[in-house]
Amino acid sequence: MNTEVVIKTDKLTKKFGSFTAVHELTFEVLKGEIFGFLGANGAGKTTAMKMLIGISKPTFGSAQIAGFDIYKQTEHIKKSIGYMSQKFSLYEDLTIRENIQLFGGIYGLSNKQIKSKSGELIEKLNLLAEADKLVASLPLGWKQKLAFSIAILHEPKMVFLDEPTGGVDPITRRQFWDMIYEAAHREITVFVTTHYMDEAEYCDRVSIMVDGLITALDSPANLKGKYHAKSMDEVFVTLARGAKRGD
Amino acid sequence: MQAVILENIVKTYKTKKSVLTAVNDVSFSVEEGELFGLIGPDGAGKTSIFRILTTLLLADKGTASVLGFDVGKDFKAIRDIVGYMPGRFSLYQDLTVEENLRFFATIFNTTIKDNYSLVSDIYRQLEPFKTRRAGKLSGGMKQKLALSCALIHKPKILFLDEPTTGVDPVSRKEFWEMLKRLKAAGITILVSTPYMDEAKLCDRIALMQNGKILKIDTPENIVSGFGKNLYAIHSENMFKLLTDLRCFPAAQNCFAFGQNHHLTLKEDSLPLSVLEEYLHANGHTKATIKKIEPEIEDCFMHLMKNSSQKELLQ
Repeated sequence: MNTEVVIKTDKLTKKFGSFTAVHELTFEVLKGEIFGFLGANGAGKTTAMKMLIGISKPTFGSAQIAGFDIYKQTEHIKKSIGYMSQKFSLYEDLTIRENIQLFGGIYGLSNKQIKSKSGELIEKLNLLAEADKLVASLPLGWKQKLAFSIAILHEPKMVFLDEPTGGVDPITRRQFWDMIYEAAHREITVFVTTHYMDEAEYCDRVSIMVDGLITALDSPANLKGKYHAKSMDEVFVTLARGAKRGD
Repeated sequence: MQAVILENIVKTYKTKKSVLTAVNDVSFSVEEGELFGLIGPDGAGKTSIFRILTTLLLADKGTASVLGFDVGKDFKAIRDIVGYMPGRFSLYQDLTVEENLRFFATIFNTTIKDNYSLVSDIYRQLEPFKTRRAGKLSGGMKQKLALSCALIHKPKILFLDEPTTGVDPVSRKEFWEMLKRLKAAGITILVSTPYMDEAKLCDRIALMQNGKILKIDTPENIVSGFGKNLYAIHSENMFKLLTDLRCFPAAQNCFAFGQNHHLTLKEDSLPLSVLEEYLHANGHTKATIKKIEPEIEDCFMHLMKNSSQKELLQ
């Protein structure tokens, strides 16, 4: 594995009034790594992720994303990353081709690049017959595969995936992970949240957040060893059961 | 008595350009007191079925009844005896926790006090926040409030549409504990979920995909009906292992499954030494092969593969 650090945080903290949503996160993610960012509902994952992608200012602490400072260089950060979530990925009332054009444009690709990339992408995903249909007409699994491809259309250094496989059927869910592996193989760092604990096993390393803190961070094999657990589900339940806040 | 009966239900949604068949000739029944699960991904037709049974949507074809009442002509009677928790959070965001609960009690001509015993278990966890507006609650608390509101009129049947979607594994386990207690109190429960691991907590399940039922049975029978040997395989390089297993000529299906890959063979009579030699020759010197019991998710993928192959043949 590559040893280049692409995400580096130091005591990253976010407070809302007297409430500390994220407390002194310090961790590193390497180039080409699949990093699972797990935690209970209300643990602070979304708040942490918003800071990392440059749309929320930390209260204190520091972080560099692809070498850019999260206080001063947020526009550079936005250009170096891709992002998709279960809740928001594509515009339903635009066609597949139009979505690719829109996001290509937003990520700063030239018209020529957009044209060649959309052709490639449509062919690769086997969507030639559907390219001019509205995204709304696609099954969820296809939508998510398309959204992921679009999120890495501009060859970003890393991609943030927020519960990308929620509600997706088990076969398509696995095909989605094939795409994640492929991106990681091309040295795109994948930062992913999920509630499917079998997917935690597919990550190179996993962090688990409880009440605003990262309480564990290691490879799935090491975590299972450390907590004498048979599966990541057991590790998660052991750590998150002590959570005091949120739910 | 059968609490819910569906016969040949069809529901289509038409737009200017296309027709989507959300529920495609579905029939099943649920026994009184049963905890019955509709298991399947988004787009399987689960929500349409719930909306038809709760009288919020009319089917194009077929008949359905809830505790003997027809979903068409007896809709008023049905609305009094069912509790419904929709998939999307549908309480009043600008009312407090307590106001929401009181509102739903009032609609059904009852009071929180009269029916408190049924919800006390769940609502007690919300009490510290009873003056907080519903819109400001965390996901897990919203879910508990929605369940309380669906229960406050002592329904005979509960319809829970994906109550645990997007909820972390710890809260999901707690939620299913609550369902067990409600079942013990005699309430019939129909619940849907995309999480296959929750299926085994139901008395019976219907596995659904694209508007059709792939199979209905007890989780135990679905597992024992898998009909093939299933092997869990592990090696140092899991990514390469998956590709290699898929290229193994005798392989039928191979899927990543947490820390192992799950493999079925075209012929169960094949000696495992052939597979061992193949893996060794491909550099997996420390590979382990273990015969295992399938999980519901294995069965679901197996049925999905078979049904799409059947469709191709038609």
